[in-house]
Amino acid sequence: MKHASTKHQLYGWLLLLPATLFLLAFTYYPTLATLAKSFFSQGTAIRPAAFVGLENYTFMLEDDVFWQVAWNNVIYALFTIPISIALALMMAIWVNSRLKFKSLARMSFFLPTMLPMIAVANIWLFFYTPEIGLIDQVASVFGIESHNWLGDPDTVLGCIIVITIWKEAGFFMIFYLAALQTLSPELEEAARLEGASRWYYFRRIMFPLLMPTTLFVLINAVINSFKLVDHLFILTKGGPDNASSLLLYYIYEVAFSFLDQAYASTLTVILLAVLAIIAIGQFVFLDKKVHYQ
Amino acid sequence: MSAIELQGVSKIWGETTAVNNVSFSIDQGTFAVLLGPSGCGKSTSLRMISGLEEISKGSLFIGGEDATIASPADRNLSMVFQNYALFPHLNVEENILFGLKVRNTPKQLQKERLKKVAEQVGLEQLLDRKPAQLSGGQRQRVALARAIIAENPICLMDEPLSNLDAKLRHIMRVEIRALQQRLGMTVIYVTHDQAEAMSMADKVILMCDGKVEQEGTPEELYNKPATTFAAAFIGTPPMNLIDPVACGLDKKISQNQQDNFLIGIRPEDIVLSNENGLKAELISADYLGADTVVTAKIQDQEILVRTPGKVTITKPTSTRLQWPVKSVHVFDKSTGKRNDNIEVLPI
Repeated sequence: MKHASTKHQLYGWLLLLPATLFLLAFTYYPTLATLAKSFFSQGTAIRPAAFVGLENYTFMLEDDVFWQVAWNNVIYALFTIPISIALALMMAIWVNSRLKFKSLARMSFFLPTMLPMIAVANIWLFFYTPEIGLIDQVASVFGIESHNWLGDPDTVLGCIIVITIWKEAGFFMIFYLAALQTLSPELEEAARLEGASRWYYFRRIMFPLLMPTTLFVLINAVINSFKLVDHLFILTKGGPDNASSLLLYYIYEVAFSFLDQAYASTLTVILLAVLAIIAIGQFVFLDKKVHYQ
Repeated sequence: MSAIELQGVSKIWGETTAVNNVSFSIDQGTFAVLLGPSGCGKSTSLRMISGLEEISKGSLFIGGEDATIASPADRNLSMVFQNYALFPHLNVEENILFGLKVRNTPKQLQKERLKKVAEQVGLEQLLDRKPAQLSGGQRQRVALARAIIAENPICLMDEPLSNLDAKLRHIMRVEIRALQQRLGMTVIYVTHDQAEAMSMADKVILMCDGKVEQEGTPEELYNKPATTFAAAFIGTPPMNLIDPVACGLDKKISQNQQDNFLIGIRPEDIVLSNENGLKAELISADYLGADTVVTAKIQDQEILVRTPGKVTITKPTSTRLQWPVKSVHVFDKSTGKRNDNIEVLPI
């Protein structure tokens, strides 16, 4: 009996082995290595890396660029997340109704998501180009002066936010659309018979029933807002004057342009910590309010 | 005054006509059943009465007032859906009170009504459960409670028992009927189960292909089916429809053109006999407990016979069939309509 159960357990562990190996090699080991590196100085050929304790972290707190980038990221998240989720929900409800060109509308909303990020950035680069770009051309018709959208520290972050919303909303729409199609039409009919308005039905029935999807989309949106790199490469390279740089892009710059891996590790640890806190918070606080079928 | 009256109501979707020129009226306090096979337009008719589906042609009167284009909420009716349509994230109490909350009914009144209704359907102990924590029968009760709490005079039910098992279905049948009579509601109940219709209804409206085939009390439908469709739809097993010529019965109909008729005899009216009657061969038997349904054959015509007790048939056996003259129904072969002018002679 005991022998059989040991064999059974061994079998179970063997089944888990491949996934465990990959997780260890590509997730847990790098995370721990990063954490360790953040406590060491950047080694060179002459001077090997030495333990410096929290020195990298104190440097970070005094780094003006870090604070600017972090603040940029907060603004970026505060605008992109709620707007793209709200738009996604509205578009999903719209294309879920009896619409004549339903598939065309669905496709055009989803198209931005299917395009490669680099291609998207190039399209928008054309839109934003001063004088010959689409926006300036349209604006000139109304007599508005040409503006260097991506070259102005005041507008550049807004431009990036618009692109992200444009891209994310269509992606999140698909999740909402799938969730909406699982709602029984009888629920809406039952509400209609009781005299519930469309808004009442949305507020009391549809939105609460979509909460699992909203939670999922929200977590995705938060993670995405901290991992944007590709657009910045093509559009701004973080400039001008770091006005459009975000946390992950700054980490990339520190690690591969300034070749300071120790400081990059420090920044990464902070990014991971922030993401972990947000994810835990979302699951702990929102999960109680979510009704799962 | 009728509670509900349909005048030449039709539902047309593009090329297809789901409901074709249907007219009927239902009196206050009546339990009316819309009965028919799937696709006959009974559910569509109900949805047009509820206002969830638009009426393509004709008019609808509720309580004497024209409600053809009224919004569903203005028709003063409630509805029980086939899959209950309970809101999964709300508990039983919130589900039942949903309509009252929409209408901003005072809290005190909500409480009183909830207490009364929960008692009526036996849900007092379950008010804070979610629908997923209830059994099928309990969900059915919540749906019922939600329908009756508004105290609307009319309640529509769309195959409400089709998701329950046979035993529970029987219990709920009795309960719904009792509730309807206690509250004096007018109920329109859609079903394809003729046993349900027979046992619950004051009035049965039998539909076929988007038209009303026959309306009347259950007894009328059973004793005097107006068409061959009604004859074959009502009763378990349904009425035998026999071609008299093929069975050698042509001499028993006092008419010259005998091959224009079909005769119908209910399986329970036929008696197996050894002495006289129509010669037949017994093929098989279905034992049902109290009685047995025997399949007999005359030439190539199959006839079902319901006979008390247990009958076992292992190989084809010859016998004779008898039935009383008054239990023979005659139908026109071409139109399928009942014809009571034909005199039938004893076998």
